[in-house]
Amino acid sequence: MAIEVKIPTILRTYTKGEKAVSATGGSLAAVIDDLDTNYAGLKGRLITEDGSLHRFVNVYVDDEDVRFTGSLDTPVADGATVTILPAVAGGSRDRA
Amino acid sequence: MRVWAKLEDRNPTGSIKDRAALAMVRTAEADGTLTPGCTILEPTSGNTGISLAMVAKLRGYGLVCVMPENTSIERRQLLEMFGARIIFSPAAGGSNQAVATAKQLAAQNPDWVMLYQYGNPANALAHYEGTGPELLRDLPTITHFVAGLGTTGTLMGTGRYLREKVPDVAVIAAEPRYGDLVYGLRNIDEGFVPELYDDAVLTSRFSVTSYDALRRTRDLIEHEGIFAGISTGAILHAALSVADRVAARGERADVAFVVADGGWKYLSTGAYSGSLQEAAERLEGQLWA
Repeated sequence: MAIEVKIPTILRTYTKGEKAVSATGGSLAAVIDDLDTNYAGLKGRLITEDGSLHRFVNVYVDDEDVRFTGSLDTPVADGATVTILPAVAGGSRDRA
Repeated sequence: MRVWAKLEDRNPTGSIKDRAALAMVRTAEADGTLTPGCTILEPTSGNTGISLAMVAKLRGYGLVCVMPENTSIERRQLLEMFGARIIFSPAAGGSNQAVATAKQLAAQNPDWVMLYQYGNPANALAHYEGTGPELLRDLPTITHFVAGLGTTGTLMGTGRYLREKVPDVAVIAAEPRYGDLVYGLRNIDEGFVPELYDDAVLTSRFSVTSYDALRRTRDLIEHEGIFAGISTGAILHAALSVADRVAARGERADVAFVVADGGWKYLSTGAYSGSLQEAAERLEGQLWA
């Protein structure tokens, strides 16, 4: 069973227009690494040079914001859904 | 396990935003920013504008609201009824664009007063001094507080107060997850985070789809007879997610969630009729929180 990753419109250039793709990995970091293998360049849009989530990207594992569940270390179970969204008014800020 | 609703739809204009609007106006009057005859400017997806419009009418101010064009017709009608002028911002830009447009207008019209709910401390303070103490007075055993995340004022103010008084309290945010139409081609390098927001106040944060928000909105009608707006459904969805986890651990909990407004302003969206799936599809592309 795979993990479903929902891709926002702005990043679909990396996924050949696909709205959702599958990935594997036991943590969010592993899932993003796996995504980057298949969709080169995606990781660079999600993670900053210092290795944290980009400030204006919100990532949810099964609808819960990963900034409150361990950030990139958040566990991602088989069958989970990862949703990537741009921050809108009411968006998130990196936990300093 | 008990889940409690704080009925903020019972405020004078029908939403929790009456608290922030009145507090921001009073503060601006007290510090001399707002003087008789002034025009107030505010970016709003509706409720804050409606609250401000009522206060402005009663106190003799003009009001200009910058609102995304994809908001319900009732919000526009209420704003016009209270005498506000509406400047629409493009749907594709969502609330971020409304904020940006309002900031431009503020620069072009230096005599207008932008109260700016996203960064005005009086917004959060209204909840620190009002919503928080009221909750604790009525529910001293509160373990969880769940509210919607927009300007973040409700969560920041109420959350800070409750954390001071009930150190173990969990503060949970529910934010709307819209369809692609709303997020559009929003650039992830130029996002927006309200100045009021401090994620240290929160315990967790849920993104709720239109479908789940609608489903819970209808559950509220079905089981409790509460006719709430759609954002309340999203808040309830997050509250029940947390309640399920606590129940699974066999722990005691008193979960309080905010009913942010009534359903009246959303009737035209078709949210309350037809199948859930159809109603959720109709909501795609609309700002419902």
